[in-house]
Amino acid sequence: MIALALPTWRDEAWRYSDFDALARVWPVAAPTRVTVASGETTHRHLVQDAADGATAIHDYVIDIADGAACHFHVLNIGGALGRVTLDVTLGEGAHFELGGAIIGGGHQTLEIVTTLNHALPNATSQQTIRSILAGHSTGSYLGKIAVARGAQKTDAAQSVKAMLLDRTATANAKPELEIYADDVKCAHGATVGELDKAALFYMASRGMDPVTARTLLLQSFIAGVFDSVADEDVRAMLETAALAKLEALS
Amino acid sequence: MLQINNLTNAIDGKAILKGLSLTLNAGEIHAIMGPNGAGKSTLAYTLGGRPGYEVTGGSATFDGANLFAMDPHERAAAGLFLGFQYPVEIPGVSNLQFLRESLNSQRRARGEKDLTGGEFIKLAKEKAALLGLDMEMLKRPVNVGFSGGEKKRNEMVQMGILDPKVAILDETDSGLDIDALKIVGAGINAIMRKPDKAVLLITHYQRLLDYVQPDFVHVLAGGRIVKSGGPELALELEREGYADVVGTELAA
Ligand SMILES: Nc1ncnc2c1ncn2[C@@H]1O[C@H](COP(=O)(O)OP(=O)(O)OP(=O)(O)O)[C@@H](O)[C@H]1O
Ligand SMILES: [Mg+2]
Repeated sequence: MIALALPTWRDEAWRYSDFDALARVWPVAAPTRVTVASGETTHRHLVQDAADGATAIHDYVIDIADGAACHFHVLNIGGALGRVTLDVTLGEGAHFELGGAIIGGGHQTLEIVTTLNHALPNATSQQTIRSILAGHSTGSYLGKIAVARGAQKTDAAQSVKAMLLDRTATANAKPELEIYADDVKCAHGATVGELDKAALFYMASRGMDPVTARTLLLQSFIAGVFDSVADEDVRAMLETAALAKLEALS
Repeated sequence: MLQINNLTNAIDGKAILKGLSLTLNAGEIHAIMGPNGAGKSTLAYTLGGRPGYEVTGGSATFDGANLFAMDPHERAAAGLFLGFQYPVEIPGVSNLQFLRESLNSQRRARGEKDLTGGEFIKLAKEKAALLGLDMEMLKRPVNVGFSGGEKKRNEMVQMGILDPKVAILDETDSGLDIDALKIVGAGINAIMRKPDKAVLLITHYQRLLDYVQPDFVHVLAGGRIVKSGGPELALELEREGYADVVGTELAA
């Protein structure tokens, strides 16, 4: 095994990371490989809920064969540094879907980094990322989409929204497109906002206590990320873990 | 029940209410009328505790307690209800969830037990029927995609469910069609016309007052109550306009 040098912020995929936390676990284990055979559909989920102060790096290399589909759901909430990377290669007519939620507080650094290689024609991908950041936390989504020459009719969408609960929190959203085919659709949108003050007052005027009001608004903000989770128990587990983290923030 | 004494306030440092006094006793219905920009909504928001509506002087006492010492949600739990001139939309939160959490928050604040899901739905159905609002609408996100009139009906459904002691209704009649006005008027009477409750109706038109007859009518202009009278004052205003009734400088 090659002992790789510790990355620095100059490496594009590591720009916003926490290198002290990273040094404690470097070098990291080899990535998890996921292969989806032609015509099949796979559902995967990950709850990154490492202990306070821990460093958790989860790397995935995902191969989706022709006509296959992979639905991946990530809840990234634990540790000092929690980093989830997905390196996805799509075959002809393949589909990849990512629903990712980042919920951070304190001095956490939480990252979702994706590279989608649309290598062949007619493949589709949809990434939905919602981040809620409090305290001095940093949440980053770096999403690279590479469309190879000849990968016509690629349809790759990214929807990225972040909500900052404190002025001291940071959200980074960086879509990166590398397109070598001419007949492709790559839609991406990124917004950063804060809690709707008018809604909070309306809720208070009806008697709702501020913690409940805030939690309801935050739940509605990330609702949708886990909608496409096929297994109801898994969806409930993800939603419960997200809610527990939201409640711990306030 | 609600005693407002020499209230002054400011928004962004700009004085809006300039010494407003008003007393609502149990069993009374008061109407406030006044020109655009007079400070009617400002009065409602200030009593409700909206952030940015700074109280610079005077007092408001609600059932003997200092209203301004309470947070907005505590005022609601104490029995104050604000009907909004422009009800707020909350995407992603259903009306039922919004109301159930609100009601149970209030109940906990008063040391009462939460309503069960079944008890709450029964109550919601009853009040939705009273106001002629389709129960299906309550499953939708709060006010999202509601027409202007539906939003106002929804405000009254909320009032019915929360069952306040004092309601301040800011232009609840605006945006309602003729039939809806009748229904909403009857709803206000059914919910609030009781010996232990009081209502402050903010309105521009007599037509609501035909259904919800006020005991007192006040004219708010330039941040103060400049004239008070009985129900006949509203008719006089409608006939003659603010300038004739309270004088040109006050009506401005
Ligand atoms: N956020 C704000 N910042 C600055 N001025 C404000 C703000 N909100 C209200 N005002 C001003 O306060 C004054 C009173 O406004 P308010 O909304 O209370 O009037 P109103 O009597 O309810 O009028 P209307 O009949 O049109 O509803 C107006 O001059 C308005 O421009
Ligand atoms: Mg107004």
